[in-house]
Amino acid sequence: MQDNKAKYQKMVEKSSPNTNLILNCLNAFWTGGLICVIGQFITNSFLNLGCDIDIARTITSVILIFIGILLTGLGVYDEIGKIAGAGSVVPITGFANSVAAPALEFKKEGFIFGVGAKMFIIAGPVIVYSTLTSVIVGIFYYLSK
Amino acid sequence: MDYLNAFWVGGLICVIGQILIDKTKITPARILVLFVVIGCILGGFDIYDKIIDYAGAGASVPLPGFGNLLANGVKEEIDAEGAIGILTGGLKAASAGITAAVIFSLLGALAFNPKEK
Repeated sequence: MQDNKAKYQKMVEKSSPNTNLILNCLNAFWTGGLICVIGQFITNSFLNLGCDIDIARTITSVILIFIGILLTGLGVYDEIGKIAGAGSVVPITGFANSVAAPALEFKKEGFIFGVGAKMFIIAGPVIVYSTLTSVIVGIFYYLSK
Repeated sequence: MDYLNAFWVGGLICVIGQILIDKTKITPARILVLFVVIGCILGGFDIYDKIIDYAGAGASVPLPGFGNLLANGVKEEIDAEGAIGILTGGLKAASAGITAAVIFSLLGALAFNPKEK
């Protein structure tokens, strides 16, 4: 019995990383894809209302950010994340979640150093390094003009 | 057709993130930083706009789309205002997303309490 158990454990260890990877990728694919389809629907709706494409995309981001934060507050986004993995991290709703989740979690430390500071624990580096990259892009663009 | 392209391209970008999380030691938080920076670089080379032309929200909704927004913003501001655009363009383009995330998160922290674990 003990022997069988050990054998089984070995078998599981051998086979599960790959099956997990495939399953995780599949889940990331359809959930992430679905969020983008919802985004496309919102964008198309505002295009049909006569919005300019840039405005339609900006409104889409804002609405998705709102939904992401609402679902974070309701405790639903974490549940989605357990299945979706990167499918819930990579879309803009994942960025929204990365701001809202620590803001909520550290609420007990107050609104200045809890909510106000901790909301940037992940968004901070995102903003820092994307700003840096945009400045580098800008310097090259300016020099190449 | 635009829904199909949004679905598979958006899904594929998420799969790349999933493989990085599962196969390397890159945490989800670092994926956020990495993808936005990559989007900004691809935007700098005018590559990401072509993906958005094909995939629509499938490319604009994932985080590289946010980075691309900064790259485009910088270029537009340099065209309009000159060198000062290097400093103003990026965050100006990102302002709607950042402001929305900050304000909605503040309201969320007021309205909700963290789940007991």
